Amino acid sequence: MRPGSFLGQHILNSPLIRLLLQRLGISFIVLIGVSMLIFVIARVIPGDPARIALGPNAAPEQVASLRAAMHLDDPIVVQYGFFVLDVTRGDLGKSLYTNRPVTVDIVQFLPATLELVFAAGIIMVGLGLPLGILAARYHGRWPDNAVRIFALLTVSAPSFVWAVILMLLFAFYLPLFPIAGRISDIYEIDRVTGFMTIDTLIAGNLVAFQDAFSHLVLPAVALSLSGIGQAARLTRANMVETYEKPFIEMAQAYGFFPSRIARIYVFKPSLIPSLTIIGLDFAAMLGNAFLVEAVFAWPGLSRYGVAVILRKDLNAIMGTVLVIAITFLIVNILVDLLIAFLNPRIRYSTRVDA
Amino acid sequence: MIRTLRIVGQNPLSLLGLILVALVVLAAALAPWISPFPSHNGAVVDFVYANQGPTARNWMGTDLVGRDILSRILYAYQISLFLSLVVLAIAPPVGTLVGLLAGYMGGWVETILMRIVDVFLSIPPLVLAIAMMGVLEPTLTNAMLAVTVMWWPWYARLVYSLARSEREEGYVLAAEVIGASTAHITFREILPNCLPAIITKMTLDMGFVIIIASSLSFLGLGVQPPTPDLGSMVAEGARYLPDSWWLTVFPGLAILVAVFGFNLLGDGLRDLLGVDE
Amino acid sequence: MTPLLAINSLTLAFKNLFQHTPVLHGISLSIAKGEKVALVGESGSGKSVTARIILGLLQETATAEIGGEVWFEGRDINAMRKAERAALRGTDMSMIFQDPTSSLNPTYTIRSQFVEVLRRRTADLSRGDCDERMISLLEEVRIPDPLRVLEAYPFQLSGGMNQRVMIAMALANRPKLLLADEPGTALDVSVQAQTLSLMHHLVDNHQTAVLFISHNLGVMREFADRVYVIYRGRIVEYGSTGSLFAGPLHPYTQALMAAVPRITGSGLPDLPEISDTFLAPPVSHGGTL
Repeated sequence: MRPGSFLGQHILNSPLIRLLLQRLGISFIVLIGVSMLIFVIARVIPGDPARIALGPNAAPEQVASLRAAMHLDDPIVVQYGFFVLDVTRGDLGKSLYTNRPVTVDIVQFLPATLELVFAAGIIMVGLGLPLGILAARYHGRWPDNAVRIFALLTVSAPSFVWAVILMLLFAFYLPLFPIAGRISDIYEIDRVTGFMTIDTLIAGNLVAFQDAFSHLVLPAVALSLSGIGQAARLTRANMVETYEKPFIEMAQAYGFFPSRIARIYVFKPSLIPSLTIIGLDFAAMLGNAFLVEAVFAWPGLSRYGVAVILRKDLNAIMGTVLVIAITFLIVNILVDLLIAFLNPRIRYSTRVDA
Repeated sequence: MIRTLRIVGQNPLSLLGLILVALVVLAAALAPWISPFPSHNGAVVDFVYANQGPTARNWMGTDLVGRDILSRILYAYQISLFLSLVVLAIAPPVGTLVGLLAGYMGGWVETILMRIVDVFLSIPPLVLAIAMMGVLEPTLTNAMLAVTVMWWPWYARLVYSLARSEREEGYVLAAEVIGASTAHITFREILPNCLPAIITKMTLDMGFVIIIASSLSFLGLGVQPPTPDLGSMVAEGARYLPDSWWLTVFPGLAILVAVFGFNLLGDGLRDLLGVDE
Repeated sequence: MTPLLAINSLTLAFKNLFQHTPVLHGISLSIAKGEKVALVGESGSGKSVTARIILGLLQETATAEIGGEVWFEGRDINAMRKAERAALRGTDMSMIFQDPTSSLNPTYTIRSQFVEVLRRRTADLSRGDCDERMISLLEEVRIPDPLRVLEAYPFQLSGGMNQRVMIAMALANRPKLLLADEPGTALDVSVQAQTLSLMHHLVDNHQTAVLFISHNLGVMREFADRVYVIYRGRIVEYGSTGSLFAGPLHPYTQALMAAVPRITGSGLPDLPEISDTFLAPPVSHGGTL
């Protein structure tokens, strides 16, 4: 046996790597499906894409030549083939709205949306999980009921309603936070990562960082609210189930402190199933960012998406949806790896004394 | 049914949910008779009373062209509930069928069906509906279509995972041993055991469909003016914050009340039917 | 000599808004220092809840109504404050559970769970001291490669190995009383016998008193000095193991003995709730309750 293949064998035997490869494979298949779905949706459009692109005053010859350039006269399968070929070359076509390549637009607008969604994700996990622990620890008593009502309330309104209410309360009536945008006009920050909070820090401008941060608070909270409720409920439900397990009775029989049992012994086994759903909540946030960005005039991909949809800008629509789907797939792979990392059953699938 | 209602009645939160849902349904059904200004349902203008805060005449104020907001909310409830009912009349049966087939049949049927479901689930729900509305004309029918297309895979996934665990149960094996047909086992043995979870999800989804539909119209991709819609009312009013707060706050609260009602009711049902979260 | 544990007319009922369900109807039993006592009965007879009352766990359940006294080293556990009860658990008292594998937390290594147990007695025990103690304790329960076992997660070990780990943990802080709830019933019979005899040997060495809780009279014959038979929340017969096995007097005890190796059928008689035999005082083979 060659040493190289032995090493390869060894890496493949690591459960985490195997899982990663498996997830990448599935995601690739799903991505092909997504591209087909997006393509089908785009071709459902009533009317001639070339005519829409050129406007009603274009000459028929112009339309015909654009149709040929867009491969619109070829069979649908061939059209899909050209679409995939372009996508793999990183070419998403030209946007009718900005008159620039869609890729350029996405690179410009995606970081703002990601910054918002990540901030909301951090708030969701940072508040949702502790609330869930609290509710489970006081199962059936008033903290449990309070968390339950809070969770049900937060998931009962779309995030644009929360955005409007938060804006009214904390930007207008109590002017604690700015009303809209990502940063005040007075700051000129060089774009490095596209994340305003990080770029201001890289620029070493703490005042600008503070400004960017305070712009981020209300949109992120509005976006995270329903996620907080769901994370809390789910954590609570899983923890209440874990409390019934023999190993918790054993921990109690050894006199460990109830708060320590809740935080350490019950929480970790319960977190593992919760994480999957938290990944899904992240997906919901990518969608709800469309609503929150509209309210707070947040210059992100979602706001761009709405603008291009209202203009029936096909290339831009397809590109936006594709990028959001890819982002979501990446997040899900990360969540799966995190679960595998937290769950020793996946990490160590071998027995010690077999 | 009576027993169910009695048990729901014992839990104060579920009872509150039942009351809220009943109020919303009644308000929608009786809108033509109970709304103070039934004609404000359409393209009417009354500039004398335009953009006024809550008064004795208009409890929730008036919009920019003087229409009574309370009346428009009542009519908007009609549209929201109708849309939810249509979506939930189509999406759950379709999803259930797909989930049952995949869960019980296994093999390549399972692989193909569940990969298709995965594709739908890997586009964030609202984004899929937005993309569809992007290429379709913004009408009520198309909004219902888009929401349904985005909704069925969730039922497929739920029923699939239930059916797969039921497949291992003793009673399915017993039915197989006595030679029952696949159709019999799937629809007569497995389906009834999935029903509590499906019904609970449908109750909760009444509220969530309202949220998604109002989100579409908030973005201008749903029902078009002058037809009253809670989402587009909020979108229109948001430009006049904070002075004309009633333009947004009341339609926003109207969504909250209706969805909260369905959530409380669904939550109570979940406990009652013993469905896991 | 005062006994280590003396239970006096212990009653327990579970109540909710609509119902009041009595579970224990005033049971009394005692365990001397270093003595091995068995509490034997079917499931639902009240033996497991008795153990949880001794540990002071049920006292914290809002729906449990407890009466009578549980004297442990001269202090009544029922009258203690919550913190005092918690202080006894894992130090002077410990417990071994039915299914060793599911009684250990699946998401932590044996080491981190074991360290936590050791620190119940000595909160500031250093890492090195912990390791030293754990290794010697694991060697005591004849675990061949203690270091490997410490790094393992419970699901990586066999049931018998987890059982040994649990015994080592239970005896780590030199408790005065060990409660063993159906120890090892979830394991193979041969593994169960092996670990039980290991445990027997250890508690003898350490002078630890043991309360075995079991439905299996046969197993208890080899390990217990004295036996209490519990039936529907009442002690129906008690005495030294020898004399009880030589001449079981209560019909329930006789049935329990006859039922041991059966596989089918419940095998146990259903004594009418109100009958002379049922309400009669417990049959004694001498000794104290």
